[in-house]
Order: sequence, then C-alpha cells, then structure tokens
Amino acid sequence: MVDVPFDTVAGIPPAEVGEVDLYHPKSWWTRYVFSQDAKVIAIQYSITAMSIGMVALVLSWLMRLQLGFPGTFSFIDPNQYLQFITMHGMIMVIYLLTALFLGGFGNYLIPLMVGARDMVFPYVNMLSYWVYLLAVVVLVSTFFVPGGPPGAGWTLYPPQAILSGTPGQDWGIILMLASLILFIIGFTMGGLNYVVTVLQARTRGMTLMRLPLTVWGIFTATVMALLAFPALLVASVMLLLDRLLGTSFFMPTLVEMGQLTKYGGGSPILFQHLFWFFGHPEVYIVALPAFGIISDLISVHARKNIFGYRMMVWAIVAIGALSFVVWAHHMYVSGMHPYFGFFFATTTLIIAIPTAIKVYTWVLTLWRGDIHLTIPMLFALAFIVTFVNGGLTGLFLGNVVVDVPLSDTMFVVAHFHMVMGIAPIMAVFGGIYHWYPKITGRMLNEVLGRFHFWVSFLGAYAIFFPMHYLGLLGMPRRYHDIGETAFVPASAHDLNAFMSVAALIVGFAQLVFLFNLVWSLFKGKEAGGNPWGAASLEWQTPETPPGHGNWGKELPIVYRWAYDYSVPGAAGDFVPQNEPPAGLLAQGAGP
Amino acid sequence: MSAIILFMAGIAAIAGWWLSQQRLAAKPWLEEGVLVDLREQSGSSPPTAKIGLGVFLAVVGSLFALFISAYSMRMTMVDWRALPVPALLWFNTGALVLSSVALQWAYTAARRDDIDGVILGLLSGGASAVTFLIGQLLAWRQLAGAGYFVASNPANSFFYLITAVHGLHLMGGLVALGRTTSKVWRSAEVIRVRLSVELCAIYWHFLLLVWLVLLGLLTGWTDGFVDICRQLLT
Repeated sequence: MVDVPFDTVAGIPPAEVGEVDLYHPKSWWTRYVFSQDAKVIAIQYSITAMSIGMVALVLSWLMRLQLGFPGTFSFIDPNQYLQFITMHGMIMVIYLLTALFLGGFGNYLIPLMVGARDMVFPYVNMLSYWVYLLAVVVLVSTFFVPGGPPGAGWTLYPPQAILSGTPGQDWGIILMLASLILFIIGFTMGGLNYVVTVLQARTRGMTLMRLPLTVWGIFTATVMALLAFPALLVASVMLLLDRLLGTSFFMPTLVEMGQLTKYGGGSPILFQHLFWFFGHPEVYIVALPAFGIISDLISVHARKNIFGYRMMVWAIVAIGALSFVVWAHHMYVSGMHPYFGFFFATTTLIIAIPTAIKVYTWVLTLWRGDIHLTIPMLFALAFIVTFVNGGLTGLFLGNVVVDVPLSDTMFVVAHFHMVMGIAPIMAVFGGIYHWYPKITGRMLNEVLGRFHFWVSFLGAYAIFFPMHYLGLLGMPRRYHDIGETAFVPASAHDLNAFMSVAALIVGFAQLVFLFNLVWSLFKGKEAGGNPWGAASLEWQTPETPPGHGNWGKELPIVYRWAYDYSVPGAAGDFVPQNEPPAGLLAQGAGP
Repeated sequence: MSAIILFMAGIAAIAGWWLSQQRLAAKPWLEEGVLVDLREQSGSSPPTAKIGLGVFLAVVGSLFALFISAYSMRMTMVDWRALPVPALLWFNTGALVLSSVALQWAYTAARRDDIDGVILGLLSGGASAVTFLIGQLLAWRQLAGAGYFVASNPANSFFYLITAVHGLHLMGGLVALGRTTSKVWRSAEVIRVRLSVELCAIYWHFLLLVWLVLLGLLTGWTDGFVDICRQLLT
C-alpha cells in the first residue's frame, strides 16, 4: 500500500471507515424500502420516474390519435385534449427527466464516480425520494378528482389557468400546484446531497479536474436546479393563493362568464417572468447531465480519451451560468420592450458558443477513434445528431423576428421535442444500456436493445422532423382539431396521420425496452465487473453490483483522470483511475 | 427581476472565486499520481454539515430574492396601496435580534466548553424566537382587525405571504434548535454538539438578516433603492 499521509487531513475521507460511520440497514424494510443507501434510492427514483413517464407516453398517444385522425375518437373531447397536453408536458419535463437524471443517475453515479461510500446526508436523501413519491401521487390524483387534471398547458399561465372554463380549474390546478411545491421541497433535499457529496466526499486524488464529465454535468445541473426551482416555488405558491384566497398577484381585472371577477390589478407577465426564470435553466438542467453522460459513453465506446476535457468542463460551467440570463426569450410575444428582446436574443445566441464547443469536442473524440457500435454508442451518436438538429432550430427561434411568426406553431413543438425531449431521452437510454451491467450484474439483451434503438431513433425523427414543416405552414399548436383551414393543405393532414402512426410504433418500442429491463434482470448474460473496459471509478468496485458502502474495506485512491484509453505504451487498452503509475509500482506499491 | 439578478450575480461571484481556486486550467491527461489534492493544501476544510448549510442558505436566499423581485414588480401597478406597518413589528424585530445574540452567546460558550452557558443560550434563543413568531401572529391579527385582509390589496397579500414564509423557515430552525438542545441535555460533552450549536447560530443570523431586508421592504425604507434597481434594468 502506498504510504499516503493524507489520513490526518480534514476534509479528505480516510482510507478506512469505521463501522460506526456508515449507515447500516437493520431489516428488510430499511434495506429495500426506507433505505438510506444512495443506490437503492436511485433505483426507487428511476422506477417511479419511468412509471409516471409511461403515463405521459400514453397521453402522447392519445394526443397523436386525435391530431392524426380528428373526429375519429369521440372519447377525446377538446377539454381532455388540453388536459393531456398539460399533463404530458409537466410529467415529461419535471417528474420524468429531472427526477431521472438527478435523482436516478445522480444518486447512483455520484458516490461511485467520486469514490465515496454513500451520499453525505443519507437520511435527507431518503426523505427526498419519499417526498418526490408523494408529489407524484398527488399529481396522479388529479386524474381522479372532479373536473380532472389542469388543462392550461404545462406553463400554467394565469389568468387562464385558474379561470372557470379552463379544464381542471376546480381541483386539478390546486393539486398540480401542491404537487409542484412538494416536488421542489423533495428535490432540494436531494440536491443538497448531490452538491455537497461532490464537494466533500471525493476520495483521495480525485481532484475536480479528474471527475468524469457525467459528474460535472450532474453537479452543475444540480446547482442550477437548486437556484432555479425556488422561482417555480414562488410562482406556484402565489398562483395557489390567487386561486384559493382570491389574492391578485397575477390576476388582472377581468370579466368571466359575464361577471366581473373578484380579482384586479395583477400581472400575468410577472408569472411569466417567474416561471421562465425557472423554465429556461430547466432546459439545461436536463441537458447538462445528458452532455456529461454522452461524453463518457463516447469516450468509452470509441476507446479514446475525451478531446478537450478542459473545454468540456468550462463549457458546462459557462452554459450553466448563461442559462440564467436568457429566460425572457420565451416571452418575445408578451409585449415586452424591444430592447429587452434584443438583449435576450443576444444572450440566447451566445449560449450557442459553448454548446457548439461541446458538439465539436464530441465529434473530435470520435475522430479516428476505435468506434464500437454498441447500443450505448448508438444512442450517443443519436443524441449528437438530434441535439444538433434541435439546437439549430433553436437559433431560428432565438431571433425575435423569426420567433414572432413561428411562435405557437408546431415548429416550436418540433424544436423543443428534438432538443429537450428526444435528445435527453437518448442520453437516458444510452446511460441505462451502459450502466445496467453495473447495477444488476447482467447485460441487457442485445437484439431487443438494437430493435429498441432503431425504432426509437428513426421513429422519433418520423414524428418530429415533418412537424417542422407543419409549423412553417403555420399550423398552430394546442389545437384539438384544426378543421378546414385555408392555409393548411390536405397533404398536411396526411402528414399528421403518418406522424401519429410513427408515434404509436415508437411508444410500442418503449414497452419492448421495459420488457428487456425486467427480462435481462433474470435471464441476461452475466456481465462481470467491467464489461465495457471503462476506466472510471464506478467500474472498479470490488463487487458487482456494488455492495453496501461501495468499496469494501478501503476507499480507492485515484491516480489519473477518467479517460486513459489506448494510452501509448500501456499494457491494456485502458488504465483504471485507481491504478498506480508505473513508478509507484516499481517501488513495491500496489493497489 | 433586479433583486434576483443581483443575488445570482453574488452567487456567481462566490462560485467563480471558488472555481478559480480549483486549478481548472490543469491538464489532467498529463498528471499522474496522487500529487494534486487541493483539500490537502488548504489545511482543514469546513465540516460537511457546514457546507451543506451554506448551500441550503443559498437556496433559501434565492427564494427570498425572488419574493422581493415579485414584490418590487407588483408594487408598481396602480392598485397598490401600502399598508400601515404595525408598531408591534419593531418589538418582534427586537425579539429576533435577541434570539440571534443568545445563539451567538451559546456558540461562544460552546467554544469555551461551558455547558451551562450553552443550555442557557439555546433556551433563551429559542424562547425569544417563539416570542417573535407569536408577535408576528399578533401583528397579523392587528392588521386583520383594522380591515387589512389578505386579499383586499396586493400589498396586504405580500405582507402576509412574505412574513409567513419567513416564519415557516424560523419554525424549521426551531426544530433543529430543539434537537440540538436535547442533544446538549443528554450528553455532557460540549465538543460533540459544538458544530450543531454553530449551525443553529449561523441559520439564525441569516434569518435575522433576511428579516431586516424584508422589514426595509415592507416599511418602504428601501423604496428608493428598489427604484434605482428598477431604472437600471429598464
């Protein structure tokens, strides 16, 4: 063992952890249900998020059925259509993507990748999951209350959201806001853990610049989420008071059903500011973890070190900072001062620079790499393509003069589904195929996986690529039935039908994926500890799946960064992060 | 949104300063071995719980900065009628200051290993915090008695909302304070609870600071400052 005199230094975890320092489950309940082990919490988060995500998937099927074949499905009325839109958006953005990336991937990967035994506040981490689950239960309950779920769109803009005539005005909106408040409280508990664990619990030798980019992405996204979610909390609380107590934070003077309402003087624009102060960072809260995961997947499966690691880190931090000063680009049509629009268009377009740096470094990492077209790699490549596609239409919409005519058309729907729907989901799938062997000890089925990839990727393009054209034609979003409209040609209706069929098929492929997850758990090929030959720390655990406390008796020591692939002169084609340098070995030291 | 932008700029400055200490220009692909660990060079880093509290305070600060932003945007609308500030708020403010002082005293006592001082400080700090909360409730009753109801004017709505959110945070603090006090009671070793006492004191000072800013806002003292910020951004 190397004689490292660090054990006495405060702030760096000692190599050996006393029995008392680690939380130990005492029964089946505390081991698998009320567990404080980050790995169990991660799986709980993931299963809950994917379950509620399936609800949102079914909602998207129903929407597509209505759009593709208007008038055919009598059980989808206009009110329900609006409710489907609202719940689909809210679930996918917040309860699926945010929870899955930060609660799922964050909980599983952060302690393993930084070489910690667990999160630093395990009890709070456990509470985080249970509050999240409560938020999901409250959300689901909106489907069963009188009036059903809210139907004001996922942005919940007042005054519409709480006026009668909007579906779900009765109970739905109240429960929705309550659920959001719970989600934010739960997330804050988890987020504190993710941030402080990265700051404090890194093992010896794990400097910030040796962290895998996945950790950088999740860390930065968590910091952003901690600072941005309070804006949604403030907006939700104030909207709730407007609805329940009749205050007028957001509600202007207006006449409803021929009656003057009790409201007066409030500012709907104030809500938009608060909502988008959260809403725009939210885009990057789901994008940055995806960036990190994709960087790691590309490096491992192209057997090449990541190109421009420093640039990658700087770009992540820069994107995180910039994303707080672009929020009003969602409000170009709200009647704001033209100079505001100019300012926000400028900041929006500046974000393209660090984002482009990331895309270039991914491509340059692939350049002359030993590319293995494994399933994670396929998803990573799909992510790059989709993200570039969605990013480019973002440049269109970031310009005020282009955005104003395209606002509220299908073009916007196509843009954000590409950039923050399909692209992050590709990263989620890639990540699951990549880390599933570590989590379960078994590989996911290859044939089913390839089927899932090709149907999902091509299918997603079949849905969203034509949607851009519909948007350019001027087809509006959020319409239950466009009917006979002069500027919409008959071919557009055919295109809509085609997209709907594609959506049904893509949805089906997700069922195959879920089946694969369960089937491979029992019948999958044994994976061994490190099936991909990856260098980062989570693959070097003594047990697979990692045992309680992750590292056996001693914490690993980190001697290098996470991307030593195909190093000239090295014995293997990768060097694990915890393998001592040759010089130390020669002196008789071993891992 | 000027308040939250200012707050975020502050956070960005702290984050930028911290990042500048982290050797972000290092070339990790060239560095092998255990040589670089900044936490080692900095001697001793603060305890994990303290860092956790710091991050939490940033989140709470962001929450209040957003309330202040919303307040300063809403108050420019024509229907805003500022409400009279109950004189009781001054007494409450005094109680909160006393509470903060008492906890600071408890912390200094903890550093001297003076267990009686710690218990006295914690108890009197908790008692004056409870006094503050009761005082806030009485102030609500006074306002409601004078006809200033929650929904009758946005200024009233904000007053009730902001004081309620602040009070809730203080109540959360009281839970932590109660746990700390019972820990001190049970174990005679001050050294084991020193950190808990310190964290309580920091949280209390933070909530006092937030309260003073909110008081300035609610009494209209900071209107001039708010105007300047607004003009800067418009």
